[in-house]
Amino acid sequence: MSMLWIAVIAASVLSFAQKWVGYQAPPDVLERPRVSRITTLLPIALLGALVATQTATSGSEIVLDARLAGLGAAVMLLCLRAPFLVVVVGAAVVAAGLRALGWA
Amino acid sequence: MTTASPPASTPGPTTAERLRTIRRTGLSIGVATGLYGISFGALATASGLDVWQAMVLSAVMFTGGSQFAFIGVVGGGGSAIGAALAAVLLGIRNTLYGLILAPSLPRGGFRGFARAQLTIDESAALAAGGTTTAEKRAGFWAAGVWVYVFWNLFSLVGALAGQHVADPGAWGLDAAAAGAFIALLWPRLRSGEAVAVAVAAAFVALVTTPALPSGLPVLAAALVAVVAGLLPSRRPLVHHQIEGDAAPDTEPEEEPARDEGRPEGGAR
Repeated sequence: MSMLWIAVIAASVLSFAQKWVGYQAPPDVLERPRVSRITTLLPIALLGALVATQTATSGSEIVLDARLAGLGAAVMLLCLRAPFLVVVVGAAVVAAGLRALGWA
Repeated sequence: MTTASPPASTPGPTTAERLRTIRRTGLSIGVATGLYGISFGALATASGLDVWQAMVLSAVMFTGGSQFAFIGVVGGGGSAIGAALAAVLLGIRNTLYGLILAPSLPRGGFRGFARAQLTIDESAALAAGGTTTAEKRAGFWAAGVWVYVFWNLFSLVGALAGQHVADPGAWGLDAAAAGAFIALLWPRLRSGEAVAVAVAAAFVALVTTPALPSGLPVLAAALVAVVAGLLPSRRPLVHHQIEGDAAPDTEPEEEPARDEGRPEGGAR
């Protein structure tokens, strides 16, 4: 079994366990303000980091290419309140278009 | 529609009507959310997963942000362990939803299992919108079940389509993944603090990219949230402090942050 399969299964089982554990924990955990602050901020930090690495890195290098224009298109579409799928497709179309034209 | 009976004769929707409305809302959330399963499936196979791996993520992991994080790290050349860690860190919020939902949902047996598996952003949100226990339950099950059905269906469609993409870059699929992450992030940026944390995390990830193995910069950036969460809130300067401190000083700040965070770890 490949590493990737092990990671897929382990992460999936752990994700289920995280959901299950919430129902078993004593409710007063929620009243700890630091716990709730960190759990609110964690997805924000991770998604911010993922936006950055997905847009501007390749392996261990910083690379600026058509993906940056794609991200710009996504932000514009989000400002226009476009639905998720339109944002994702818009980013892809802009990046693919620039590459097809040989501009990036 | 405008000539409907005057409000006096209908003192408001009945309980049954309200529950029907909630169930309809759950169905439309299911279709809308499920549709972006297409982008998950396509990106997953373009990132190097096979169709089965993509479908295990959709069926068992079943939490969109974590699934995108997993394939994002793998697609970026990161290790499988880094991908799993990123997914698990993003899933911590589901534990929080369980804590909130526990009093209003049935426990034990198949339903106890199902309520855990269907605990995601959408089901927790629709449940939170209900005012009675019946409404909370209706919202949770409607959104949870329909999102599960459509998310898996469309993941499969996307995964089968994505398999036939020879060069993901030519189709802009790498940019599509970045677009998916910013779209997931966008609704959370409701405060200055949230924006500061997102920007600081992006900065930490970029700065550590040349130094750390692939996948780890994302995890290093997670420390920004821990540090920001431990700082006293409602300080006018908190904005600058996070942006100024977190990036260069990530390592020294790691230790106190971990110790302070232990109550969370111990509680789970």
